[in-house]
Amino acid sequence: MTFELTADQRLFQSTTREFLADTMSITAVRAAGETEAGFDRGWWRRAVELGWTAMLVPEQWGGGSVSGRPLTELSLVAEELGRSCAPGPLITTSAVLAGLAAGGERFAEVTGEVVAGERIAVWAVYEPGHGLEFPVGATVPDIGTRLTADGDGYRLSGLKDRVEAAGQADLFLVTATGPDGPVQVLVPADAAGVTVTPTWTLDLVRRTGEVRFEEVAVPADAVVHTGAAAAAALEAEIQVAAILTAAETVGATDRAFDATVGWMFDRYTFGRPLASYQALKHRMADNKTWLEASRATAAAAAETHDDDPTGAAEVVSVAKSYVSAKAPVIVQDCVQIHGGIGVTWEHDLHLYLRRVTLGRALYGTPEEHRRRITDLITAA
Amino acid sequence: MTELESVEEFRDRARRWLKDNLPAATGRYSGPENDDVWDRSRQLQRILFDGGFAGICYPKEYGGQGLTTAHQRAFTEESFEYEMPLVFNIPTLSICAPTILDLGTEDQKHKHLTGVLRGDQLLVQFLSEPRGGSDLAGLTTRADRDGDEWVLNGSKIWSSGAYAADYGICLARTNWDAPKHEGLTLFLVPVHAPGVTIQRIKQVTGSTEFCQEFFDDVRLPADSVLGEVNGGWAAASRLLFHERSAMGGTSPYMSGSRPRLSVDLSELVELARSVGRLDDPSVREDIGEARAMFRVRDQLVARVSRQLASGELPPPASSIVRLFSAENAQFQIDKAIRIAGASAATAAPDGTGRQLGIDYLFRNSWSLAGGSAEMSRNVISERLLGMPREFAADRGVPFNQVKHGR
Repeated sequence: MTFELTADQRLFQSTTREFLADTMSITAVRAAGETEAGFDRGWWRRAVELGWTAMLVPEQWGGGSVSGRPLTELSLVAEELGRSCAPGPLITTSAVLAGLAAGGERFAEVTGEVVAGERIAVWAVYEPGHGLEFPVGATVPDIGTRLTADGDGYRLSGLKDRVEAAGQADLFLVTATGPDGPVQVLVPADAAGVTVTPTWTLDLVRRTGEVRFEEVAVPADAVVHTGAAAAAALEAEIQVAAILTAAETVGATDRAFDATVGWMFDRYTFGRPLASYQALKHRMADNKTWLEASRATAAAAAETHDDDPTGAAEVVSVAKSYVSAKAPVIVQDCVQIHGGIGVTWEHDLHLYLRRVTLGRALYGTPEEHRRRITDLITAA
Repeated sequence: MTELESVEEFRDRARRWLKDNLPAATGRYSGPENDDVWDRSRQLQRILFDGGFAGICYPKEYGGQGLTTAHQRAFTEESFEYEMPLVFNIPTLSICAPTILDLGTEDQKHKHLTGVLRGDQLLVQFLSEPRGGSDLAGLTTRADRDGDEWVLNGSKIWSSGAYAADYGICLARTNWDAPKHEGLTLFLVPVHAPGVTIQRIKQVTGSTEFCQEFFDDVRLPADSVLGEVNGGWAAASRLLFHERSAMGGTSPYMSGSRPRLSVDLSELVELARSVGRLDDPSVREDIGEARAMFRVRDQLVARVSRQLASGELPPPASSIVRLFSAENAQFQIDKAIRIAGASAATAAPDGTGRQLGIDYLFRNSWSLAGGSAEMSRNVISERLLGMPREFAADRGVPFNQVKHGR
């Protein structure tokens, strides 16, 4: 396992960082938070020109990664997004692209459009009242959304929630139960019978929604995966979403931590800086340790996946469960050390707390991933 | 320079040799439980030495094998199923001997390192003092020069297995007019020299491995000094670095280890099954979290070790691993206690809960042994994050003017 970035990867990282510094300052993020969409499609098209959506897609379809380590490189982007609390459907789009890339030549054109930012495709995986349903062998438990045969094609009915960027999506990759087990289908947002209702989301700029499918006509060629392939694709999508969420959470936590260390040097009480009080220094030593552990496990998950995706399920769940459980603890402690200003709207700290709390909630809570780890080790 | 044997060839050779030369392990190792373990370990260490598998990362000229950490890791993995001289690992092989390797004269290296690797010598640390706590440099054991010799007086405590050892690495004060860090010297003290009295201390586990030593006019020859006279703090810092590495899991000098609670979690899964709770979702969350903590610890050790080696992180970063390892050890025991329920406190005479309850009493040893976790937190906040030190009344003050309480 390697941890060092190549020169190309470092260049990619700094290009991403500069783009976000230029276009998504915290002031710009706050302004974006006032808009309905949370981000501007023109901005997203510029962002993806940097290669953000290309990593998981074969070169012949317009994709390609910087140095053949797609998850390591995508994690760099996600970390920068977290660091700047930036908007954008990177995680959900990446999950979809992971699914489409496995779908074969038939999806090359739509994949190219998503890569170019011309269309936004998001992942409709959650159902109300359920957590993330991890594939078990070739099946996926409890998918209420149904795909039924109808002439030459199908009809889709069901309700998905916690759909990231639902209101901005052109396409949904929907997991459902089909005539022969699990299926994944690609459904246009403007198809008859599709209704999107925005839902409240803690993050300032990252939106979610509820998507209802009522007898939506689905042509046969919109079926991306069926049966065991659908379960495998879902597994791949979950891993991509979990790895990127962990990386993004590390970035947001890192920024909140750094800002707090800086604050501890600037803020004086009883004639000396906060940074000189052992009671606070010890807490920051714990936070630093957990942050470094978070970095190590998030990087290890991306590295392991790049080495061999088939063996990555456990380390991905280790990373997602650890990072998304620890990050809110660290950032809340940063709030406490800031005192009253840490809970004001004007201070930026809440933007990071919002982001890590959303990261904890989506794509498998720590509790879900812990149970999954036990499933994996006791099934062996 | 001859080319090193490849790790895979070495692994194959080690596997065959272990099968032919070492007996199968009996049970899991959790520290010295009886006094026979010391003689047995000396025999086993000698078998390793004669077979060419002692001190895999030690230089050849002192009896080691001159191989890499990858070879050591391979050997350790192959050795899990065999009886190994595990009492040699801490502190002899991973803390004391590496300090001699770093600081010793050629004579000291030949005498002690070869002695250790042959199984003839066990080493201990004489650092902590009864009134010292975490203020190691505030020690009051003294060594006074008398002609060519030094005369040692005072007392040390918390030395594991001192009664069974041969030499102690002892930090003593040799200049009382200097501030506390500048008047210290490190010595190699024969444990059974005239004037040394050893008392064993009974711990909450029932073990009497810990010792307190009393030195009454113990006479040491001039060549007992390890490093420089009055340069003992720098020397001790080297020793403490090896101690942090050993406690954090980054030492290359440990050979064969099999912690009772380990990443495979077989014991935790078995425990959950034995109390009929393996299907309980909260227990399954606990088991998954315990597994994740072990994996994260290994990932952190790997990352920080590499960053220390490349200079990306400064040496004090080893405290991150030390602190996390202590947290993990306590976490694992706490999870086991949760899963065991009442079985952690009441059990049939030979029940599993019995060992678990005793582990629980001793859980804080992980954040005490090898320097308290609070000292690690100081190192991280002050030397990694650059935060100011707390006021210390003894800083820069000649030690003989520093106030001492009880």
